[in-house]
Amino acid sequence: MRRLVFLLPILIVAILVAVFWIGLDPKRDKSVLPSALVGKPAPMIDLPGLHEGAPRLTLESFQGQLVAINFFASWCLPCRAEHPLLKQISAEFGVPIIGIAWKDKPDDSRAFLAELGDPYVATGTDENGRTGIDFGITGIPETFLVDGNGIVRYRFAGPLSPDGLRNQLAPAIAEAKR
Amino acid sequence: MRRVLAVLAVLWLGLAPALAQEVQLADPKLEQRARDLSREIRCVVCQSQSVADSDADIAKEVRAIIREQIGAGRSDQEIRDYLVARYGDFVLFDPPFKTSTYALWIGPFAILVFAAIGVAIFFRRRAQEPARVRELDPEEQSRVARLLNDREGGA
Repeated sequence: MRRLVFLLPILIVAILVAVFWIGLDPKRDKSVLPSALVGKPAPMIDLPGLHEGAPRLTLESFQGQLVAINFFASWCLPCRAEHPLLKQISAEFGVPIIGIAWKDKPDDSRAFLAELGDPYVATGTDENGRTGIDFGITGIPETFLVDGNGIVRYRFAGPLSPDGLRNQLAPAIAEAKR
Repeated sequence: MRRVLAVLAVLWLGLAPALAQEVQLADPKLEQRARDLSREIRCVVCQSQSVADSDADIAKEVRAIIREQIGAGRSDQEIRDYLVARYGDFVLFDPPFKTSTYALWIGPFAILVFAAIGVAIFFRRRAQEPARVRELDPEEQSRVARLLNDREGGA
């Protein structure tokens, strides 16, 4: 019993070390919430197409293949920053990207894509933001991977960086393709 | 005076929470439910604010969803479930008691109990302290006698 009391401070220190270890991890971003959706079927998407004469955007038309879904808006500065990298996803990994313009005026979204290039195979407009909320987004940009069975495999919150693409998204794509 | 009151009234309106400026439910009872519910939902971008207090775009949308669903006759629990399915337990300021949240709920009390046990042990030990003064054995007694003798002899 006596000896146990002497071990107590060591135990307390160990707990504190664990707390700080997790809390001060530079890789941990506490603004990123764990997604409630990973491993579950993707929410239904049925949105008007962004481009003139484009059909409605649905996930069903992409069934059987791994796709990336990218939420963006013309008013979103970080979206502008990650934009050049989106093309890389489809070019390098052979994963088509679906764009969803979240809470954005279609005219503005079109101008945004005309200016920066259009990396999307299909784009829908989510003007009231409900599809985004169905996906549990906390802000934009956010990128999801949905596999051929319609299961959400991965969520990347925030703008992609070359580092994030290489070290987080790329392994997730490899994992989802298996 | 009247003018002052009018100005105050306008200022007061400006101070009213974001909620009041939105399209409200016609039935004041339902509107009250919507407001109560939005106070217990966390805004997912501004995490220490409730959806009721936040001016963020997404919080506005969540308030609209809450009103819409209440208007459609859904229960508070159904609306909570709807949001939890999308954002996880994290959106609730009052998370449910289940395996993954045990630490969250029990942790503080466990710390309190451990601290109380520690304090109890400490005081009990102190109360027992006098009893731990033992008799000197013969060898020690003779040593004490010798030392005292030496002192007296030296003085």
